[in-house]
Formats: sequence, structure tokens, C-alpha cells
Amino acid sequence: MKRFKKILALTLATATIISMAAGCGGAAGSSSTAASAAPASEAPSGAASTAATGSGEIYYLNFKPEIADVYKKIADAYKAETGVTLKVVTAASGTYEQTLKSEMAKTDAPVLFQINGPKGYANWKDYCADLKDTELYKHLTDKTMAVTDGDGVYGIPYVVEGYGIIYNNAIMTKYFALSGAKAKSMDEINNFAKLKEVVEDMTAQKGKLSIKGVFSSTSLKKGDDWRWQTHLANLPVYYEFKDNKIDLKSSDTSEIKFQYADNYKNIFDLYLNNSVTSPKMLGSKSVDDSMAEFALGRSAMVQNGNWAWSQISGVDGNVVKESDIKFMPIYTGIKGEEKQSICIGTENFFAINKKASADQQKLATDFLTWLYTSDKGKAFVTNDLKFIAPFDTFKENERPTDPLAKEVLRYMGNTSLTNVPWNFTVFPSQTFKDNFGAALLQYAQGTKKWDDVKKLVIDQWKSESGK
Amino acid sequence: MKKYFAFFTLPTVLAFLIAFLIPFLMGIYLSFTKFTTVNDAHWVGFSNYIRAFTSDQDFLNTLVFTVKFTIVSVVLINVLAFALALLLTRKIPGTNIFRTVFFMPNLIGGIILGYIWQLIINGVLATFGVDITFDASFGFWGLVVLMNWQMIGYMMIIYVAGLQSISSDLIEASKIDGANSWQTLKSVTIPMVMPSVTICTFLTLTNSFKLFDQNFALTAGAPGNSSAMLALDIYNTFYGRMGYEGVGQAKAVVFFIIVALIALVQIRLTRSREVEN
Repeated sequence: MKRFKKILALTLATATIISMAAGCGGAAGSSSTAASAAPASEAPSGAASTAATGSGEIYYLNFKPEIADVYKKIADAYKAETGVTLKVVTAASGTYEQTLKSEMAKTDAPVLFQINGPKGYANWKDYCADLKDTELYKHLTDKTMAVTDGDGVYGIPYVVEGYGIIYNNAIMTKYFALSGAKAKSMDEINNFAKLKEVVEDMTAQKGKLSIKGVFSSTSLKKGDDWRWQTHLANLPVYYEFKDNKIDLKSSDTSEIKFQYADNYKNIFDLYLNNSVTSPKMLGSKSVDDSMAEFALGRSAMVQNGNWAWSQISGVDGNVVKESDIKFMPIYTGIKGEEKQSICIGTENFFAINKKASADQQKLATDFLTWLYTSDKGKAFVTNDLKFIAPFDTFKENERPTDPLAKEVLRYMGNTSLTNVPWNFTVFPSQTFKDNFGAALLQYAQGTKKWDDVKKLVIDQWKSESGK
Repeated sequence: MKKYFAFFTLPTVLAFLIAFLIPFLMGIYLSFTKFTTVNDAHWVGFSNYIRAFTSDQDFLNTLVFTVKFTIVSVVLINVLAFALALLLTRKIPGTNIFRTVFFMPNLIGGIILGYIWQLIINGVLATFGVDITFDASFGFWGLVVLMNWQMIGYMMIIYVAGLQSISSDLIEASKIDGANSWQTLKSVTIPMVMPSVTICTFLTLTNSFKLFDQNFALTAGAPGNSSAMLALDIYNTFYGRMGYEGVGQAKAVVFFIIVALIALVQIRLTRSREVEN
């Protein structure tokens, strides 16, 4: 009997340990998807993580939540063609850096990830492999767009995007038809003074136009303020760097005078005062809210980029016709802005993890080559990802056909206008942007003076650059 | 039987090691280093601790905000929970239903509560043409209300248990001695439920001090960082700022020391007031 008890105890104890070990093993297997799902959205992993067999696996940490589903399709197709598993994990909006940070610490770290320009490269320097000899870089149309350091190439842009003021042409046409309209066609609006006149008149007549405001809400919720502290701020900074002939790759960008602050204020005030939402209520408006307002026809204009099309068309009850959605440059009252175009550039650069094994790095470059040079891959890029790809493998007819991408291409092809590049990739840090955004909110709410906002921008830029 | 010690404790010990002790020690180590991911740390000594206090005022500001919040919510939650417990230990019809109803909010997760209350508060404030991001004090009182709503039910249950364990002999004896109801409460009931008070103040104190989810969901620190609490500031420093990972870690260590100290002092204080049955 005593012996029986001993054996029983032993069996039970072993069983406990085994079940615990099994529990741990199970957890480790699924951790790649579970952990990355951290803050908000689930991370759709492109392929079942169990399928990592002989032919290898590429782990790609995706930046763009709006195209997460497309990567599932791509992964399936790539698996069918090459047998290589593409595991795509998508970071929830606004959480890419922290997801990357925790994913990189794992044994099974992302091989393919992305950096957002020179600043992103500075942070991830130790992890970026040199991509100079890759097939993809050879096909890059404009080599100056890549993130380089010395002779090395560490980030390859994979998409060209544009942003400006998106307007609903149906509402504009309706306005132009009104008697006493301040303009008769969009062509007349080519500077800030005219824009302001038209917008203010539209606000006065918003009943007739059946809109709630000319501009969608200036979303100033934390994490949703990038359209202002990053995109809109690009314009004054671009002009300042251009005027002072600042070399963007030098350390001269570590300080700004914010000399075009008043121009920023011009357009920002216009957004605030002619909006769907009263300025004091903007702290809880998100980008989604703004895009929905536009899609439902409650506003006539919204500042955003061509990626917004999928958002607009995806809103339930969307009333904006595909043929009515157009881009207009953001005018701020700078001299000679009649020749200014929309802002075109990218902050999406592919980088490959230097610390991954050589085999894995090879698999990742092979995948990129496949995606951007093979017919099948290119079809995905054009039709599903809807990227305007900056590579010479894409022919004229291999361009996305959604209305905003077409608009971007139209502006890119218009040589009489000057495109504004995306200089915000040299903005010092996310903290700078966040603090700027918070100050903009306080300005909108009336608790901060414009001069203080201006001072904060200058000070924060300097202190955040100097760290 | 001693030789089976390992078999029975091993699972727990391992779990404790993996989920607590190792991360804790690693965290302390990392607070003295500069790193991007936790695997590539370089030793930098105390500079992270210095930067935590000098690079900006956020840490001190959030500390002040947290202390204020903790004081207000600990007092409010405990007073209200105790009052409810007193009410619900009288023989009122429907006592059980009320206890359940008051306890329910505690079953909802912090993030969800945060968003729900954000909607409610913004809905109310909308009539005044502002929202919760307008002023840090809105966020402050929003958090207080939220925490009260969530915690009162839980604390109430603990107090109810405490109250029910007081033997009716004592109450009877005090009545015979001519004590009025206030005197009974002050000199008999409260001393007898001191063990519950210890537990409840401990729980509310530490929970309020290390509040994160609710803060994150309700205001995320807006306006600016002025309604951010310590845990949120640590999170923002660690994840939101490149090159500040070590600083975030240093803040976390300081945070741990503060919470541990406060909890120890509090337990000492309330324990000394407990009476033996």
C-alpha cells in the first residue's frame, strides 16, 4: 500500500510537470501572434505559424493596418509558388515602433521590417542590413529616395504617396453654381487668399450646400493628430529649409526658426473655424471620424493622403462618388505658392534585419524581388496594395486606378507645378510631434496662445534633436 | 515526505521565476543600461536615473498627479464602500440583488470601462461645448468617478464580510451599556473591521497608484501629459521615445520602490490598529 501511494504521488507530480511544460510550449508557439496583438487590433498572421517547414519562413512586420488582409492573399500566393511561408504580423495603428521593439527582442525576430526615414534609421542602425546589392534597389527609379549612410543603402522606399486637401467635387460644383460664388471653378483656387475667401463663403452658405462644415474635424485626439503635427507642419518646414538652403542630410536640421509659423496658423485657423466640429470639441475626434464625415457628405474637404481612399469608400453609406474625389495642394499663403503642388514622398522604407541569419535575409530579398518584379507580384502591388511603386519594373499601365492614386499621378506628371517632398522624415522625434500636437489642441481649445505654440515648436525641436 | 518538496513546489516556483523574478531582475539590470531591444544592452550606470528626473518634468508632474489622485480615491472609495456595506448588512429586502449590482462593475476590464466613461463624460461635457481633453481636472475627476464606480463594489464585499463576522454579542453588549448607534459604530464596529480596512486600503492604495488601463483609455494623458499617471508616463517613455528605453526602465524601478514603501508603511499603520477578537 505504501508503495502504491509513492507511485501514485510520483505519477501525479510528473503529470503536473508535463502538463505545465506542455502549457509553456504551447504558449511559446503562439506567442508571436499573441504578443504583437498587444494594444488594440488583432495581428493577422499571414500564414499559420505552424507551417514553418523545410522551405523556410519570412517574418514581416507590417506597418499599414489598412492592407493587412491583402498580405494574407500575397502570403498564400507566394507559398503556393515557392513553398516559402510569409508570416505577416501587423502592428496596430500608431504602435509600430513599440511592436517592433518587442518583436526584435525575440529569437524569432522580424526579418523584413520597415523604417520611416533617416530618423528611423538612426534608431535601428544596428539592425539594418546593407541593401546596396539587392535586385530591388537596382530597380529603384529615383535612387535619392533611399535611406543611405555613407556607401550603404539601408532603407528602400516601396511606395510613393501624396497628400493634400481632398475635396468633394460634387459639393464644389454645387457651390460654384450659386449666385455670388467667390470662384467659378477649382482652377481659380490656387493660393491661400482665394481658398480662404471661398471656404468662408461656403461656411456662410453651408445650409444651401447641405454640409455641416467645409472641412472635416481637425482630429486632435492623441495619436490621431499626425495630419497636423506631421503632415501639415511639413509645409512651413519645407519652405524654411528651402529658403535657407539647408542640407537635409546634415546636422543643420537640428534647429529651426519656424519662420513660416504664421503660414501654418493661416491654414490651421481656416481648418478650425470652418469645420464640422467646434474647436473646443476636437480633442476626442479621430482620423476615422473625419474621413467618415467626408464620406457621408457632411464636409466638402479634408486634408489627407491617397491612402484615405480605402477608408472613404469603406464607410457605410458613403455618398462620395469615385469621380468626384480630387486633390488640391495645401495653400498656406506663401509667396509663389500658385506653382506649388501636393506633397509627394514616402515614409515607408523596407529594411532587412542584419541580425537574422543569412538564409533568412536571402529569403526576404527574394520575396521583395518577387513582389516588385514578377508579374504576379506586381499585380498584387498595383491592384490589391494599390501602391504607386517607385520601381522601373512597373510600366505605365501598371498603376493603381483608385481616384486618389490617379490624382497623385496627375500631379506628379504636371511639370508646371513643384511637388513638396516629405521633409517631415527629419522631424526630430515622436515626442516632438506629440508635444506639438498637444499644443495644437490647447491652441484650438483656446487655452494656449499661438506664440506659445510657436515657441514650443522651436524649443522642442532643438531639445529633441540634441539628445 | 520532505523529498517530494521539489515535485509539489516546482511548478509554482518555475512560474514565479519565469513570470516574475527573472523579468524583475532583468528590469533592474536594464535600468542601468542603454538598449533598443532587451537583448542588446550596454552598461551606462546611473545616467538613466538622472535623466528620468532631469530630461523633462513629466515624471515629477505625473508623480504629483498620481499622489493627488490616490489620496482622493482611497478616501472616497473606502468611505463609500463602508457606507454601502453598513446599509447592506441591515435586513433590507433585496440586499443580495444590491450587493450583486454594486459588485458587477468590477467584472469589466479597465480599458473598456475607460472608453465607456469617456463616452459618458464627453456626452455630458458636450452640452457645455467642451470635452474631457479640455482641462486636466476633467480627466482627474473622470478618473476618480471611474475608479469609484469600479472599486466600491469590491471593497464593499470585503467590508460586508468583515461586518458579518462581528459577533452580535458585542453589539448587544454595547447597547446594554447604553451606547447610541454612533458610539457603537465608532467604538465597536470600526475597531472590529480593522482587518478589512487594512486589506481595503492596501488594495485601493496600490491599485490607484499603479493605475494604467483606465488612464490610458479615458484621457491618454490629454491635454498634453497633464492627466497622465506614473504608469502611463513610464509606458510612454519606454515605448514612445527612441533612446529612452533605459530611462523608462529607471522610472519603473523608482516607481516600484515608491509603491513598495507606501504599501509597507500603510500595512504597518493599519495593522497596529487592529484588535484581537
